Amino acid sequence: MTAPAIRKAERPKPSGPREYHFPRFERRHLDNGVELIVAPVTKLPLITVAVLVDAGAVCDVAGREGTAQLVAKLLLEGTERSDGAELTERFERLGASVDAEADWDAAAVSLTALSEHLPAAFDLLGEVIRTPAFRVREVDRLKAERLAELLQLRAEPRGLADELFSRFLYAQSSRYARPEGGDERSIEVIDRDQLVSFYETRYVPASTTIVVAGDIEADRAEELTRHAFGTWSGAKPTRVLADDLPGRRERGVHVIVKPDAPQSELRIGHVGIPRNHPDFFPVNVMNAVLGGLFNSRINLNLREAHGYTYGAFSSFEWRRQAGPFVVSTAVRSDITDAAAREVLLEIDRIRAEAISIDELSLATSYLDGVFPIRFETTAAIAAALSVLVLHGLPDDYYDRYRAHVRAITTEQILEAAQRHLHPDALQMVVVGDPSVVRAPLEAMNFGPTTLYDTLGQPSA
Amino acid sequence: MARYDSTCVTRARWKGDVNRVPVPEARVQFRSMHIPIVTFRLQNGLFVTLSEDHTAPIVAVNLWYHVGSANERPGRTGFAHLFEHMLFQGSADVEANEHFELVQRAGGTLNGSTWLERTNYFETLPSNQLELALWLEANRMGKLLPAMTQQKLDTQRDVVMNERRWSMDNQPYGTWMEKLPALCFPETHPFHHSLMGSMDDLAAASLEDVAKFFETYYTPDNAVLTIAGDFEPGEARRMIEAHFGPIPRGKGKPPLPNMTLPPLFDQWKREVVPDDIMLPRLFLGFRSPVFGSKEYYAASVCGAALGLRNGSRLRRRLVRERQIAADASAFTYDLAKGADLLVVDVTARPGVGAEQLEQEVAYEIDQVVRDGLEATEVERAVAVIQTMFVTSMQQAGERADRLSLFATYFDNPDRLNEEVERYAAVTTESVNNFIRERLGENNRASLVYVPRDEAPGELVGAGAAAASQ
Repeated sequence: MTAPAIRKAERPKPSGPREYHFPRFERRHLDNGVELIVAPVTKLPLITVAVLVDAGAVCDVAGREGTAQLVAKLLLEGTERSDGAELTERFERLGASVDAEADWDAAAVSLTALSEHLPAAFDLLGEVIRTPAFRVREVDRLKAERLAELLQLRAEPRGLADELFSRFLYAQSSRYARPEGGDERSIEVIDRDQLVSFYETRYVPASTTIVVAGDIEADRAEELTRHAFGTWSGAKPTRVLADDLPGRRERGVHVIVKPDAPQSELRIGHVGIPRNHPDFFPVNVMNAVLGGLFNSRINLNLREAHGYTYGAFSSFEWRRQAGPFVVSTAVRSDITDAAAREVLLEIDRIRAEAISIDELSLATSYLDGVFPIRFETTAAIAAALSVLVLHGLPDDYYDRYRAHVRAITTEQILEAAQRHLHPDALQMVVVGDPSVVRAPLEAMNFGPTTLYDTLGQPSA
Repeated sequence: MARYDSTCVTRARWKGDVNRVPVPEARVQFRSMHIPIVTFRLQNGLFVTLSEDHTAPIVAVNLWYHVGSANERPGRTGFAHLFEHMLFQGSADVEANEHFELVQRAGGTLNGSTWLERTNYFETLPSNQLELALWLEANRMGKLLPAMTQQKLDTQRDVVMNERRWSMDNQPYGTWMEKLPALCFPETHPFHHSLMGSMDDLAAASLEDVAKFFETYYTPDNAVLTIAGDFEPGEARRMIEAHFGPIPRGKGKPPLPNMTLPPLFDQWKREVVPDDIMLPRLFLGFRSPVFGSKEYYAASVCGAALGLRNGSRLRRRLVRERQIAADASAFTYDLAKGADLLVVDVTARPGVGAEQLEQEVAYEIDQVVRDGLEATEVERAVAVIQTMFVTSMQQAGERADRLSLFATYFDNPDRLNEEVERYAAVTTESVNNFIRERLGENNRASLVYVPRDEAPGELVGAGAAAASQ
């Protein structure tokens, strides 16, 4: 049973590290307000282009949640020149993979292509951003596809737990309380005119940044950008910030009924902090120790010590306003309460006393060491540059990142845990079988327990 | 920031990562991106592939063992995968979970995965940490058993049972992963049974099984090691010889039963599965040529033409134009022994029943069998595959994994550099020949998921008999 003596001396020592820096990038500006960021990376004949527009889901009008995502997706469903099928064909004949999405803070159309196809691909991007057609047929189809997705969600425990967790976390008035892509009520009422009006207001050059990473020089990227976006015009709208107020002052247990579920999908958390919070680095490292790494406290406890789950992790979701802090796991139904208790213990423990130097160094040396591995692809480099744009981070952010991480102390971690983890505000969401989980969860005295159906309506 | 890595059963599908290949137009560039490859074999039989790339201080270590669920004995389904979990529980000089800790402390990422024909273990690290990864892999290849305990086995058994619940039993359509191979391969065939395993078989696994499996399959002569990225070849070779050299060769493994199968099912197989789902979904399988064969490349391009990305035939017809489906895709399993599977995967739109779904998909496939694909459809598929291939080659870990694949199945990692030519050689005619031979009614297997409360009696009756065997 006991592990054999470990002969630490045998372990290989690292040789001297080779220097690495985040790819150099340049900024350019077009007169119409379009910003351009170019990171030349010449390893393979590939380029990623991401067109970011300040038109995320936070811009949705109350009652019409889902507008931002529909607008973003419809960009690829037809332009004035080409219908949806033809447009898709024009992208894919270039071998280009193209996606359009709106997350909370921005809409993005991104594409990766072989560099030889870049001029054509750039012009196509210009065409979809500037002249989308919003044909009624495609509007109706994408609305129907979203409704199908929502229907599927009702039978998908993981997605359902995530969605309803947000709903129980934020105040009714918060955009964050409703799904990014909208729900059944809002999708039904959105019509073409509203989509067009959202597009006309939000998709303007002064709200747009084009990020280019890959086998290209800055001058050439600027030339292509001017060709595709140079004559675009429009006035900049005011930026929308989400309301991020929590919905409840007291703790609560929210059980979504899934009869006979062999596992409970468990979410425990509260409203976190915005991305630009000054405590970002200590909170990030604290979370790595708590539940961010495989060898984090929560995963080692729930998975490796107890065998309760295949995996358990915690995260802060980073948005312009305060996104959720959440611990997520799926556990065998009959030990749902025991697993929840261990999660609460770990949250209390990291607030009660300083973590060990060993735990700190595991987290910081991981975040420090893995840094170059995060940027192996043009898509990853473009995504990293997009983060700079979205949150207005300084240009030397990635150059200073590793030093920031290495400077974190155990005192800062304790302070971060005490300041930003709130045991009294935790909400617990369980998608599972109430005949198994309800009584034990009530016996925990965590908070009042309410049962809901899969639409989130209270049930008996 | 990534959440974390953990051991899991993985399967590359068309959507997502993938690693197929290339084409005509971009030939010049592909030639210039020729991947350097050096191979050698240690005395004990370990096959080694080295592939240098110094653009970033990153190195990938990738080890494939030529053993998977196909090698499991009756009554021990799921064992290859459970065993993979045990490889993270320490070895003679490494404590439980310390493997993860040491690699992450070094700034590395890591994982392992189990498949029908192989099991792999891999790390990507800062290049100055290469020797740590080699030492860790060698330590568990050479000295795993002293660290194995009943308690560790019991815990990992619980973890794997939870993995099964999470990925299959509590996941809509999740059981397709074991039902489709069961439907498509004869009961006596090694690909027939569940990779994840039954709860009963997992419960029956013992420490003795662990020891036996280890001694039989986890030997240097049944493994290939690949290093890709920033390293000095002479130094790497010295480290490999020092750490892996002393591990003794194995005593040989029992041969797999004859894997050969006729080219066609010779019937239209069907199974209906009532499940806790909202929308019907059809997995339509076709027996297809083994991975790596000349005909395989035509099958692979066919899959992409039918169901890769929005411009593919089935997405365009069923999702965009006719609005029968909420989603459609197609992929190959990439099995290198006996026969491969090409799978078309289509989920119904609300209001479309399971029977209608199956009929409409069959209608589209029949049309392709009758008229063939257009040259433009094949060109689109090849162009998309090409970009995906180059994209995936950016990552050291992906390069190493593909090299290990070709080393394991064909003793020939250089085939990675031939992939371009092989895909370039695929013509519209060869794809249409494949379609005519393999996509007909005599070579189909329908796995139909039906919402539990909507399952029409007759349909379920027919399938239930097949399912209950």
